[in-house]
Amino acid sequence: MAATWTPSERELERRRLRQRLRRRDLVVATTVTLVVFVGLGLGITSTPGWDAVQELFFNGFHARESFDAVLEGFWVNVKLFMICEPVILALALAVALARQARAAWLVPLRIVAVLYTDVFRGIPTILLVILLAFGMPALGLQGIPISATFWAGVALVLSYGAYVAEVFRSGIESIHPSQLASADALGLSRAQAMRHVVVPQAVRRVVPPLLNDFVSLQKDTALVASAGILDAVFAARNYGNFNFNYTPLVVVACFFVVMTVPLARLTDWLQRRYVERERAGAR
Amino acid sequence: MTGPVLEVDAVRKSYGERLVLDDVSLRVDEGDVICLIGSSGSGKSTLLRCLNLLEPIDDGEIRFEGSEISDPRVDARAVRSRIGMVFQAYNLFPHLSVLDNCTLAPRKVHGLSRTAAEARARDLLGQFGLGDHVDQHPDRLSGGQQQRAALVRALCTEPRLLLLDEITAALDPELVGDVLDIVRSLAETGTTMVLATHEMSFARDVATQVCFLHEGRILEQGPPAEIFTDPREERTRAFLRRVLPPA
Ligand SMILES: Nc1ncnc2c1ncn2[C@@H]1O[C@H](COP(=O)(O)OP(=O)(O)OP(=O)(O)O)[C@@H](O)[C@H]1O
Ligand SMILES: [Mg+2]
Repeated sequence: MAATWTPSERELERRRLRQRLRRRDLVVATTVTLVVFVGLGLGITSTPGWDAVQELFFNGFHARESFDAVLEGFWVNVKLFMICEPVILALALAVALARQARAAWLVPLRIVAVLYTDVFRGIPTILLVILLAFGMPALGLQGIPISATFWAGVALVLSYGAYVAEVFRSGIESIHPSQLASADALGLSRAQAMRHVVVPQAVRRVVPPLLNDFVSLQKDTALVASAGILDAVFAARNYGNFNFNYTPLVVVACFFVVMTVPLARLTDWLQRRYVERERAGAR
Repeated sequence: MTGPVLEVDAVRKSYGERLVLDDVSLRVDEGDVICLIGSSGSGKSTLLRCLNLLEPIDDGEIRFEGSEISDPRVDARAVRSRIGMVFQAYNLFPHLSVLDNCTLAPRKVHGLSRTAAEARARDLLGQFGLGDHVDQHPDRLSGGQQQRAALVRALCTEPRLLLLDEITAALDPELVGDVLDIVRSLAETGTTMVLATHEMSFARDVATQVCFLHEGRILEQGPPAEIFTDPREERTRAFLRRVLPPA
């Protein structure tokens, strides 16, 4: 059936028209973008102090010189992020679910979950990093790791776990009660309803704020520099203090941006796929 | 105004490989009540959504009040502000009270003052037996009440054409009668309607034209007396045998 169909003259004309409208939009978008960015560029480079700033922050020689050290330090940030992120997701989901538990014998768990989010969301992450990275190894306890990097990672997990738990919780609470009602009506237990009905929908809904927290975590791995751990920021500051040039800091900034962009695109793609599949008709 | 309110000419619509509307043509005159009947999945909702420009069409033409609205240059919002639609699943805004649901478009799209919009909405809600639920949120209402609230929301903008998608599906037989009366009185006051329905008695009572859709095509159309008593097509006959109680 579809094979024998040829679009009518009217439809072909409409397609041409749509294409023309699209092309016009493209031209408008390109022109406006060019004007805005060229204007910005000219505006910045024509400021009186630009030459000095360029020398101090955008120096090609120092960028090349510091590149290897920064890259090596950056590897620490990447490792921290890669290991902390899954742990945070698991911890946060567990905490969010614990707060949703309604069974009487789970009350202590709920109290612990509430206390945990209240306390760890309240403490500045940088303090937590310093306290744990310096404090825990200093306890001299047998059998616990003494690596400062390990404890800095634990601090990030505890701090971000509390944030992300709240994100999950808001997602869970945004699922319409009728969903729980239909799960109940089908005879699912509360845990099953959570596992198969509520949480899958909630997770999809909170993907954008989750990404936001991921990106934030990627950046906050830089806080470990304050505990004397040799990450990208530490390496850049080290170089800057010896050579009186801050270009390496800009290099680090570029590294962080480059790391976060693919994640953002991946999330956009996931989100779009979900919308196409499950929100198609929206009737 | 002379000439048809709406003209649909050889409209085609597919979702990917799946052809949902195929060569659909339809003419709606002032005061017409067109009933779309046909089995589930035959494309009734899709046709209504295309008429309201909620779905782009793949071929054909739709003309509203004499001008083509399937043209890409047409301002879809201007068209929709003249066409009312009630969805199969109500689609009321859950965060607004019933009254606010009904006054949102009159105030924001049609520029009515709050007092004028509320007076009109209260009046209509009263007529539809929702006087006690004006300030409640939709979730508190029963299915039938939500359906009527959705109908009022569409009527509040005084549309030239009303598209109704199975609006009696969730109502008990008594309420079906009530809504049928409302729809009939709307038709008498000159509201033109296209509605999809599984209620054959409803179609027989209010329709000026009945269209039988089968796999995305209008197989047969004509006045209800003709379609229901002496259908031309074998498929129409088979469909009616299934849905109508044996006489
Ligand atoms: N967004 C979509 N993507 C793919 N296929 C769709 C989409 N929306 C509808 N369809 C398909 O189009 C066909 C017609 O759907 P439509 O909702 O118009 O049927 P209907 O006649 O209103 O049925 P019902 O009486 O059950 O409401 C169905 O087979 C459906 O599977
Ligand atoms: Mg339908």
